[in-house]
Amino acid sequence: MFGFYIALAVFLVVAILLLIFRISRLVNVVKGTGEETTKSDNNFNAIMMVVFMVLFFGLAGWYSFANFDAYDPPVASEHGELTDKLFWRTMWITGIVFMITNILLFVFSYKYRYDKNRKALFYPHNNKLEYLWTGVPAIVLTWLVISGWMAWDGIMSEAPEDAEQIEIMGYQFQWSIRYGGMDNKVGDYDYRLIDAVNDHGMDMSDRANYDDFKNISLVIPKGKPVLLKIRARDVLHSVFIPHMRLKMDAVPGMPTQFWFVANKTTAEMRVEEGNPDFNYELACTEICGEGHFSMKKIVTVLEPEEYEEWKAEQKSWLSKNPDFMAQVPEDMKELALVTAGINE
Amino acid sequence: MATAEAHIDVHAHDDHHDDHHEQSFISKYIFSMDHKMIAKQYLITGIIWAIIGAALSAIFRLQLGFPEADLGWLRPILGKWISAEGALDPEFYLALVTMHGTIMVFFVLTAGLSGTFSNFLIPLQIGARDMASGFMNMLSYWFFFIASVIMLISLFIETGPASGGWVVYPPLSALPQAMSGSGLGMTMWLVAMVFFIASSLLGGINYVSTVINLRTKGMTFSRLPLTIWAFFLTAVIGILSFPVLFAAALLLVFDRSFGTSFYLSEIYIQGEALPNVGGSPILYQHLFWFLGHPEVYIVLLPALGITSEIIATNSRKPIFGYKAMIISMMGITFLSFIVWAHHMFVSGLNPFLGSIFMFLTLIIAVPSAVKVFNYLTTLWKGNIIFTPAMLFSIGLVSVFISGGITGIFLGNSAIDIQLHDTYFVVAHFHLVMGAASSFGLLAGVYHWFPKMFGRMMDTKLGYIHFWLTFIGIYSVFFPMHYIGIAGFPRRYYSFTNFDAFSGFTDLNMFISIAAIATFIGQFIFLFNFFYSIFRGRKAPANPWNSTTLEWTTPRVPGHGNWPGEIPKVYRWPYDYSKPGAEEDFIPQTVPFSQTMESNLPHENDEIALEKEMEAEEIVVVDANKH
Repeated sequence: MFGFYIALAVFLVVAILLLIFRISRLVNVVKGTGEETTKSDNNFNAIMMVVFMVLFFGLAGWYSFANFDAYDPPVASEHGELTDKLFWRTMWITGIVFMITNILLFVFSYKYRYDKNRKALFYPHNNKLEYLWTGVPAIVLTWLVISGWMAWDGIMSEAPEDAEQIEIMGYQFQWSIRYGGMDNKVGDYDYRLIDAVNDHGMDMSDRANYDDFKNISLVIPKGKPVLLKIRARDVLHSVFIPHMRLKMDAVPGMPTQFWFVANKTTAEMRVEEGNPDFNYELACTEICGEGHFSMKKIVTVLEPEEYEEWKAEQKSWLSKNPDFMAQVPEDMKELALVTAGINE
Repeated sequence: MATAEAHIDVHAHDDHHDDHHEQSFISKYIFSMDHKMIAKQYLITGIIWAIIGAALSAIFRLQLGFPEADLGWLRPILGKWISAEGALDPEFYLALVTMHGTIMVFFVLTAGLSGTFSNFLIPLQIGARDMASGFMNMLSYWFFFIASVIMLISLFIETGPASGGWVVYPPLSALPQAMSGSGLGMTMWLVAMVFFIASSLLGGINYVSTVINLRTKGMTFSRLPLTIWAFFLTAVIGILSFPVLFAAALLLVFDRSFGTSFYLSEIYIQGEALPNVGGSPILYQHLFWFLGHPEVYIVLLPALGITSEIIATNSRKPIFGYKAMIISMMGITFLSFIVWAHHMFVSGLNPFLGSIFMFLTLIIAVPSAVKVFNYLTTLWKGNIIFTPAMLFSIGLVSVFISGGITGIFLGNSAIDIQLHDTYFVVAHFHLVMGAASSFGLLAGVYHWFPKMFGRMMDTKLGYIHFWLTFIGIYSVFFPMHYIGIAGFPRRYYSFTNFDAFSGFTDLNMFISIAAIATFIGQFIFLFNFFYSIFRGRKAPANPWNSTTLEWTTPRVPGHGNWPGEIPKVYRWPYDYSKPGAEEDFIPQTVPFSQTMESNLPHENDEIALEKEMEAEEIVVVDANKH
């Protein structure tokens, strides 16, 4: 019944609008006006241009300043501070260009509205102006490109030797995290070895795997380089930690990586944000199927000492799944038992 | 050879162009080979697609703005995709996003825009009787029609349409076990796109050969209206880039159906390790974006061409920097082929390659900026008449600036790390490509409607439509910048899982309301359009006092466009408000010898050439008589 009333209301509104339209048209026909752009129409649109401009800049300006903290997430990584700086620098430069060009557009539209006593200026070209507005944007853009390129080059450079190696693997619809362990080396894998338990497909003939351990969340130290070794096992995913300004696709068959230095612990951020429940989060930003929007991992940043303590407490994956000792080659069994910490 | 033919065409008119042979309904309205009818077919099909595409976005905006709402009332349309609790199916949400993108980019803004205006305007503005090949032109539309039918059916199949995003990246799109939309829906998507590409190529080849070969006498390249330059360059881009998409799609078909491993490697899915090794999903991304980026300009350039024409006409001023406009369009055309990898900065691409593409990408901002400055200077000291077409053209310049500027952020690989695949990108391309091209399309319809249907559209409704749409578009896409800076990823069914993305529910609601209102506002246009076809006031032959050739045709141009001889062209298309001239426009068909009072010094030199040209013709006509 409710639906019927809505339909009836819509029908009536449309009918009334059509009636108004028809009457105004007939009036126009009688008056002999209508299709030509009349002076009052023209002035109305010219004024609307200015009204729109004022409202648009007013609202956008107000929102941008009033809600700055809501849309500007705090940054918690070293390279993130750099890219944020570039972002805001670009914002100022382009923001000014945006204002000037849009204001000129609307003001010209208003100022030079039709007047039958005036003739437009026949002004077909001016090469000096063309050179000017080719040259100036080119120079400004070159500056932006070079500063962007220098930042990019640093961010994408080889990770430092001592970086903490952590593997993060995306699959529908979750992330799995594996640490390099005591040797700080994430061991080899083979996707054909993947099964319900060995979800990373760890290859037990590689000794670097014996001390690797897994964790339910991503725990990293503050102030120390962390190298994320990123992979996917079914479709594309993408690692995104908004507060770290970090993003890199996870590609099946092609491991990728991203190294960074976090510079605020979770605890520090909780104080800064005044939110005792704050947590860094890791999300997926490459469409990967039904559960794309739910691939969340908590990221915890600890003080370096806390981190070392935490790491020392972790039990190796092999020690938790001793059945896989069967896959370890004979001559390495002893080594595996020791490194995995099984016979302690 | 071609010149000879054109020549004959020009002079042999008296013999066969006046007899009107009646055409049957089928050959006139369905399998028509007349460029004007084909243009209308493209336009109407494009409009239908636009309604469908926009309706899909209205549905997913409901989900994003009102995640708790009971959508049970949509069950009559969406059926099982609405759960028993009235929630939208998360996988169908992705299907909606995917089909919205595919439909809008390809079926509306490529076929609907280029198909309509290249077909309609190229012969009329260069002075040709029709396209170089009317038959190919007809095939082009009907291939598009087949593509449309297949794509439309895929919306209704049980496993749902393609749902891997409009870019359909494998492995997601290659593996039916990864999502149900990657089954039959994806197959139909690929088949439809193959037909679409064939259609686009047939059209493009026709546009290029028509512009090169069938220009009327005196219509040199330096006298072509900017619309034609834009359509010409667009067709060139299409011809060079669509085959690469075809290749990408073909390899994807192989991977899906014949067990090859072009894009697949080391995949373990649903408890099974697939045998494919050695492929690379990145290869697909390279191939896709080799079309995908030029595609942006395929939808944008025609809109910019249309705008140039409309802004000049309604400012009563020559377009400022005609040559600079052409050079920047050529620059954009060339550069559009070498910037594609800026879509892949964080795909695992070699970072060095990322640096190269960042340089190239930011270069393309320069010709775009030049175009904007030229538009502004054209308006400066003009005498501006706000027709609905002019309003949409001014709107286009505004959204082109607003959306173009954010490209400078995204083209910078260091800044793109954070912004990639967030709502910032959504805001960027919807303004610069979606809104700008749609505005160009609407401006073109308002401007050339009198020539298409011989009647005028209602101006007042046009104003209401414009202001609703303009305010609506900015209300929808401007707030998305904030959501994007906050890091909200695109293609998310819901944001409630993350604390970081839990804010902005009010803003998302606002965007959804604005989007749905803007969508409903388009029905004003639809009413105006269809009403005016039948009941609009009869249009004069040249309602906007424009200089270009199409306005020298009768009110409703018939087959062959001009009843008599094809007019000759003596001057460039932008002689508006020329000092000394009586009227504020001088059509391209008026020789300099008749406008002594307004000629510039170098134009007086042209008079001698005009005389030579005419003398030559008399000789040819005489020779034909014997």
